[in-house]
Amino acid sequence: MTYLILRLHDETFAIDAEVVRSIVERIPVTDVPGAPLAASGLINVRGRIVPLADLRVIFDLPRPEPDENTRFVVLEIDVAGEQIAIAIIADKVVGVGEFEAADMLPPPNSGMRWPTEYVRGVFVREDDFIIIPSLEAIFNAIESAGSFIEKERVLP
Amino acid sequence: MSSVDPKDTFRAEANDLLEQLEKDLLDLSASPDSGSLIDGVFRALHTIKGSGAMFGFTVIADFVHAFETAFDRVRKGEAKVTPELVNLALRARDNICALIDGGDDAASAGILSELDRIVSGGTAAGAGASTWTVRFKLAGDAVANGANPVLLLDEIRAIGPTRITAITDDVPALADLDPEALHLAWEAEIEHIDPTEAIEDVFLFLRDDMELSIVRRDPVGESDADAPKAADSGPAAGVGQDGVAPAIRVSAERLDELMDRVGELVTAQARLSQLANIFKDPSLSALAEDFERLTSGMRETTMEIRMVPIGTIFGRFRRLVHDLSCELGKDIALDMDGEDTELDKTVIERLADPMVHLIRNACDHGLETTAQRLTAGKGGQGTIRLQAACSGTEVRVIISDDGAGLDVARIRARAIEAGIIPADREMSEEEVHQLIFEPGFSTAREVTALSGRGVGMDVVKRTIEALHGHITVSSRPAEGTRICLHLPLTLAIIDGILVRVGDGKFTIPLTAVEECVELDDNIAETERGRSFLNIRGTLVPYIRLRQLFGTRAPADPYPKVVIISSGENRVGLVVDQILGNSQTVIKQLSRLHARAGAFSGATVLGDGAVALILDPSALVSRGKVEAGEADRKRPAELAA
Repeated sequence: MTYLILRLHDETFAIDAEVVRSIVERIPVTDVPGAPLAASGLINVRGRIVPLADLRVIFDLPRPEPDENTRFVVLEIDVAGEQIAIAIIADKVVGVGEFEAADMLPPPNSGMRWPTEYVRGVFVREDDFIIIPSLEAIFNAIESAGSFIEKERVLP
Repeated sequence: MSSVDPKDTFRAEANDLLEQLEKDLLDLSASPDSGSLIDGVFRALHTIKGSGAMFGFTVIADFVHAFETAFDRVRKGEAKVTPELVNLALRARDNICALIDGGDDAASAGILSELDRIVSGGTAAGAGASTWTVRFKLAGDAVANGANPVLLLDEIRAIGPTRITAITDDVPALADLDPEALHLAWEAEIEHIDPTEAIEDVFLFLRDDMELSIVRRDPVGESDADAPKAADSGPAAGVGQDGVAPAIRVSAERLDELMDRVGELVTAQARLSQLANIFKDPSLSALAEDFERLTSGMRETTMEIRMVPIGTIFGRFRRLVHDLSCELGKDIALDMDGEDTELDKTVIERLADPMVHLIRNACDHGLETTAQRLTAGKGGQGTIRLQAACSGTEVRVIISDDGAGLDVARIRARAIEAGIIPADREMSEEEVHQLIFEPGFSTAREVTALSGRGVGMDVVKRTIEALHGHITVSSRPAEGTRICLHLPLTLAIIDGILVRVGDGKFTIPLTAVEECVELDDNIAETERGRSFLNIRGTLVPYIRLRQLFGTRAPADPYPKVVIISSGENRVGLVVDQILGNSQTVIKQLSRLHARAGAFSGATVLGDGAVALILDPSALVSRGKVEAGEADRKRPAELAA
């Protein structure tokens, strides 16, 4: 299977290439007050208004200011039974990689600093871990988080 | 992208045909002899049967085949169109709908056997009922002496399936017309075994001074010959089919896609114009201008494609009123006007449910029973009128009835009882009328199966407001009630005021905006430390959007307030700057942001940036909450 490999801070992630629609360079982001911090922005992708999610919030990674390597990856994901376009921030897009589905290891139960329900599995390449996030689980959690206008804007 | 399921094609096509079928059947109940309508029904059935079989919907094809066979007898003149047959055919149509939606065919056999009974009953007329022609002319002074021909006709209708025509041969020219004399005669065709005695009864007190003939016609033969002729001369529905411009079917998704592309084009064009301004090259400027003209033309055309005539939903209301009329036992006529008024397709779709509710209410509560109407000196038949018309940038859809009108005293009493208003509140008649839209309000003395249980009118109001529209009510005792829905021409574009809060830009729908004022000049503190705006003597709560949105960018020294309203309530929105008017193309927010709370959508500005559209009704109810909370704790924002 083909995956898009990207970096969030110092971690490597792989996204199933099937759901990737486009990759855009940095463009202005509109903040949505009251939206969950993990999906707090909107971007204009060629006339289409697309929510911008930040997986670094979900995986509790540092969030450096965008630089020339920052990309927005537009995905199409099933959220609550509806296909919607969602963009995610990548600190860097590394490229495309081929992995066998059989090589996917279950997420380790301990020693991970992120919630396991948001990880579908990992690939081991040389001495690097590549994380396959469970995008449906993540975005469905954000979707059901509701309004944050009264509450603190925290993780879903 | 994805391949089209041929079964979906069948469903889409069948739904269109079924809609046409319903329309023809309803028309047929008004003019039962129209050959072209009967042909239309037959054609629709035939096509459904054919394509149903082709796509493997055998259950549907079998049912339609039997339906068609029964209707074939009508087409051949072997059976007559009666109200009973129309009702049954409508039920058969509904059964086809249910079958297409995957329902089981449990009801099919029952419907078919009944259908069979009715159509073969028609041929067996010689043994049972046959057609009788009754002609009568009352004495010229009959009306002056107190007879009411309308009531007489109603009594004749009660005898059996009847078709009545007025004979105007004896009506003199206008100059010679004596307005107090009766010049009309009537001819009624009745299906009955022998109506002579019943008819004699109708005219019991008038018999001496009138002309009356009761003649039995030959069962089938004669009516067979003149029925098609009547259809040819009458205003047949088939005319519309030839008059319609050719059309193609496009999926709504593709239209939305086109709209998105045009949005991109508009953004690209704005950038080009900016560049042309910088370079000051005449040929580039000319090109940019051309481009601007073309894009705006394209945007308008695309908008127009989304417009749909409101007649597309009016059609189903005919059926609704027909059914309600049967269920409630009231004689109800439906009058429609302005079916070709166009509205955005999204508005039309969202309008259907509220209108169904309003029409049900009008039929159920608005119109009196036939007996009550006659006592009140009105005609026995009640009328529901649907009107649609364009007026400036809004479309008005009016639902009116000629019933008893709203009972102001009862509405008031009910509102006090339900705790909606205090018992001593002074209210104008209009204010009382508005109470029917309050949640939890219902005056119907008996809750009927039709009109529900006090859920509804508030939902109707909310739906219309969500479409950026509003509702007005007017009513006169004994004359009827008129409910007017004011709707924006399109949902895709709204006029708005663009404001800035910190670094963010937001659009406020212009329909909700009342006025803009300076904040500092208008703050009024009440004795309990609550803070309001004083707008010409009225206290209005306000929300500082900077605080609501957690804006960190430095504040402007002179904040402005935009006063918005939703329903009866107002709230002031404190912003940093008012940037001006803007026409915006509305885009829905994704599921991830739909619940952020304060926004109804987003829009792309000329420079490609995205602005959120504020949701007035959410902010106004928030203002109400905040005004209440301020009672308990003095908010920090006042000190700031």
